Amino acid sequence: VLFLFVCSPSPCSFHWIRKAEEQPESLDPCDINGPHFDPELFLNKLRRECSLAELMDQETCMVKQIRSLDSDMQTLVYENYNKFISATDTIRKMKNDFKKMEDEMDCLSANMAAITEFSARISGTLQDQHAQITKLSGVHTLLRKLQFLFELPARLNKCLELQAYAQAVRSHRRARCVLQQYSHLPSFKGIQDDCHAIMDKLAQELRQKFRDGGSSAKDLSECVELLLQLDEPAEELCDKFLSHAQSRLESDLQGLEAEIRPYPTIPSPTSNTDILEFIDRGCNEFVSSLCLVITSYQELFINHAQKGELLNAFVDDLAARYFSLVERRIQEEKGVADNSLLVRALDRFHRRLQAVTKLLPGSAVPNQGTEIVIRAATERVKQYLSALQSFYMDSLTDVRQALATPRDAPNSLPELLSSLSASILNQIKSVLASVHLFTAKDITFSNKPYFKGEFCSQGVRESLVVSFIKFVCQSSRQFCESAGDKGGSTPPALLLLLSRLCLDYETSTISYILTLTDEQFLVQHHSPVTPVTTLCAEAREAAQKLLNHYVKVQGLIISQMLRKSVETRDWVNTIEPRNVRAVMKRVVEDTTSIDVQVGLLYEEGVRKAHSSDSSKRTFSVYSSSRQQARYAASYTPSAPMDTNLLSNIHKLFSERIDIFSSVEFNKVSVMTGIIKISLKTFLECVRLRTFGRYGLQQIQVDCHYLQMYLWRFVSDENLVHFMLDEIVGSSAHRCLDPAPMEQSVIEVICERG
Amino acid sequence: MEDDAPVIYGLEFQARALTAQTAETDAIRFLVGTQSLKFDNQIHIIDFDDENNIINKNVLLHQAGEIWHIGASPADKAVLTTCYNKSESYCFLLSLAPFTKLGSFALSLSVSLSLDSRVVSCAAVWRMPSDWETGSHESPDDSAHNPQTLELLCHLDDSAHSNAACVLWEPMGDGKRVISLADNHALLWDLQESSTQATVSSTATLEGKGQLKFTSGKWSPHHNCSQLATANDTAIRGWDLRTMSQIYCIENAHGQLVRDLDFNPNRQYYLASCGDDCKVKFWDVRNVQEPVKSLEEHSHWVWSVRYNHSHDQLVLTASSDSRLILSNMVSISSEPFGHLVDDEELSEGEDNHQEDKSKEPLKDSVVSTYEEHEDSVYAAEWSSADPWLFASLSYDGRLVINRVPRALKYRILL
Repeated sequence: VLFLFVCSPSPCSFHWIRKAEEQPESLDPCDINGPHFDPELFLNKLRRECSLAELMDQETCMVKQIRSLDSDMQTLVYENYNKFISATDTIRKMKNDFKKMEDEMDCLSANMAAITEFSARISGTLQDQHAQITKLSGVHTLLRKLQFLFELPARLNKCLELQAYAQAVRSHRRARCVLQQYSHLPSFKGIQDDCHAIMDKLAQELRQKFRDGGSSAKDLSECVELLLQLDEPAEELCDKFLSHAQSRLESDLQGLEAEIRPYPTIPSPTSNTDILEFIDRGCNEFVSSLCLVITSYQELFINHAQKGELLNAFVDDLAARYFSLVERRIQEEKGVADNSLLVRALDRFHRRLQAVTKLLPGSAVPNQGTEIVIRAATERVKQYLSALQSFYMDSLTDVRQALATPRDAPNSLPELLSSLSASILNQIKSVLASVHLFTAKDITFSNKPYFKGEFCSQGVRESLVVSFIKFVCQSSRQFCESAGDKGGSTPPALLLLLSRLCLDYETSTISYILTLTDEQFLVQHHSPVTPVTTLCAEAREAAQKLLNHYVKVQGLIISQMLRKSVETRDWVNTIEPRNVRAVMKRVVEDTTSIDVQVGLLYEEGVRKAHSSDSSKRTFSVYSSSRQQARYAASYTPSAPMDTNLLSNIHKLFSERIDIFSSVEFNKVSVMTGIIKISLKTFLECVRLRTFGRYGLQQIQVDCHYLQMYLWRFVSDENLVHFMLDEIVGSSAHRCLDPAPMEQSVIEVICERG
Repeated sequence: MEDDAPVIYGLEFQARALTAQTAETDAIRFLVGTQSLKFDNQIHIIDFDDENNIINKNVLLHQAGEIWHIGASPADKAVLTTCYNKSESYCFLLSLAPFTKLGSFALSLSVSLSLDSRVVSCAAVWRMPSDWETGSHESPDDSAHNPQTLELLCHLDDSAHSNAACVLWEPMGDGKRVISLADNHALLWDLQESSTQATVSSTATLEGKGQLKFTSGKWSPHHNCSQLATANDTAIRGWDLRTMSQIYCIENAHGQLVRDLDFNPNRQYYLASCGDDCKVKFWDVRNVQEPVKSLEEHSHWVWSVRYNHSHDQLVLTASSDSRLILSNMVSISSEPFGHLVDDEELSEGEDNHQEDKSKEPLKDSVVSTYEEHEDSVYAAEWSSADPWLFASLSYDGRLVINRVPRALKYRILL
């Protein structure tokens, strides 16, 4: 415990000192550094509280502190003493310097007073002379002016001789007021009269020059300016000015017209300037002179009331004539080869007219110009449409020729199709690219609302692209109608090809083309446009019609063969059949080639599930198993009711067959259609004839042959079976001596054939 | 207002020939001729009892051959013409009778290779036995078993002209004049001594390349019955019977064969035709470049077209697609604005419509499609007694009698 107590105070007291430094306002009387320190109290406190050893320590500590404080104080006193001494020295030195300066200032003021006195004396002596000089210089100026006046007539004459009219007028204007003022003096009066005479002459000459009109627009405007300065009447000048300008501009117009005029007579446009040159010339000559006229007019007659209407009427009149020339020239641009030339020409035309807009803000000219551009653009779109149409027709002619020439490659049909559709698509793309020039960013008129909106949607999309697609469908339909009655004019392969083309259009091409157009032209559909679905429906309808027509035409060709073969033969007196008739082989051959043809462009299609296993087995097996029973039954010479009953039962279980019905877009359906038409014709022809025994047998052989080959083409082989059954049944009815041939013999004959 | 169901009558034989009994205006009566190579052919006289919806039939035998065309006299109920085929078998070695009946065919077979046979088309005028009607009423069941035979009046053939395609009676005439179309000749016959004798009074011949053959024809009821229209291949020709010369020709009237013709009973220049291109076309013979109207409703060849005798907007067409179509061709009829006259004048069917431009012309339309047949329909005829009733005949021997739908009938009448 003691030890602890001994250790604690020493840091404690040290602490006090530091504390005292930080908190000088401590109120503690025991704070040795505080202002309220009470030594008595402090001592008492120490004495009361501390042990001897502590007191001893306290004392040593205090003595040490006191000693350090003493040494600090001594150092401070010493330093301050030194400074004090040096300051005293400096002050003494300054006192001496100031005294010297005061003496010098006194001397200076005395000198200044002397100078002022001298100067006043000098100016007093010079005053007289100065006044005299001023007077003299005034007289000199006056004399020069007078000299100018006296020389004026001569100078004016000289100017007149040199044709420096501007200088003459300037000189005269300078002298005019003075002469006017002093005109009561006879000498001045004389000068004035002279001047007037000369100036009249000058004015005369100017007028003459003005009237001649041979000078350039700049000269002319200068002339007018001078005349105006000579106080000529403005209205008259104005009229004259305009009429001169008009005559000059008209000569420009005539020059332009001369370039157009030879067109109708000379057929080759290459010999003439192209439209860009034409427009260039128009711009450089006519438009720029027009602008010049407008500017000078506005400068000259700026403060005349009626200038606005006059100028506007003047400009409108001339511009209208210019426009009519330009339009005539544009209309002659028939060739669609290079659209960029036209667009550039139009752009230049439009751009140059902007100058007029700036000069004449209220004028209708720029609007008319824009209308011309719009008309030209619509006209161009029309031309492109007709170009596309004729291209399409030409392509079809090419295809027709390609089909007519004997083809060496069997797959030429799909190639023709793809090349046809590719070339059409390319043509459309190139036309779109050409038309797109109208809306290019760097073309001044492309930001007009018409070219942003209506041109894209109504012009390009509707009247170009949509119209073309419609034209394709329409012309396809016409192939069906024009060829409808005779059937011979359009080759069937073309019908097939076109139908596939239309179908392709329906599935993809139309939407592709329209998307392309919409993207390229950023079409915003403000006005209603033809939707893709309508066009697709139209294309599909055309495709359907073409394919139906194809089926009809091909069916007709085969029908015709069958009909002729049945009608021209004497079926009663025919020999026993040894062969399949050649016409049947021809029918099968033709059907096979049609099948190949259709297969090139259309997919296989769906067949009905085979009702029997006939397709898998060889044909001979099939026929012997099934057909014999059927035929045998229908030939049984029984009561007529029985055969009727039999065929009626057949019919009960088979659906009604529509012969010339619509087909689907696949090979099997097309072939079914063709075979249906052919066999129905066969049936109807057979019913009109009478057969002998061998006639019937021949029909049997023929039908079996057809059955062997035709079933594979159709969607439902039962259809072929049924129709052939009907044919054989009918011919059995129409037979005088119905004795059917043995099935095995039929098979042998057919296989031999 | 439900329409009556169609009445169906079945023949035992196949048949193509159908006609209304033109001279009969009280009873609804049709004549059907059968086609059979093996049995005796028949003419069925079909009476339709409108009130009870019952068919009464009588059968007459036509033993000469199978009947391809039949025509009833406009003056005498009992007289009719047929075009028929008969088979001739003859032999080079044995002199058999030139007319071999079908039944004796077995005999000719025995001569085997030496046999040759021929089918010849003939035309003849026949008279029905006077008592066919009475006999059938007493014992209708027996009539089929023991039918009476037609009485031959005269043949309409001579040595130069055979192969008759059809025989046409003078419309509304006295039953004295007929025209037969044989190969490429049109023969105008005068029937004398109650039709027992026929003489050719004049002929017209179709000249041209190849073997031309008339397929059908129609005697125009207009112009005092002095005009005839014929069809051969794809062409329609008009003939003036007074000079027997061609007056107009519609080349390529149809894409393929022209099958039948009919004259509009009220508009003298209007003609309907049908053919193998599935179309029915209406012509104004004053302008033969383009048809006035063309219909394409059938899905196969159209074999017959018939105007209604009183209301010429009603047109009946029969096709080998087994369908019969009744069309209402108002726009080209004699009453394009509907019927405008009083009800009393209804039955006269005269061309007495008044101009009334304020009325909209009615739309042409298909009235209905009849699908009762199951085989090709080769003939359709309107009844001569009831203008609202018609019959159609399909190859399988099914005769169907139908009526114009009541709704349409009342619309036309009222």
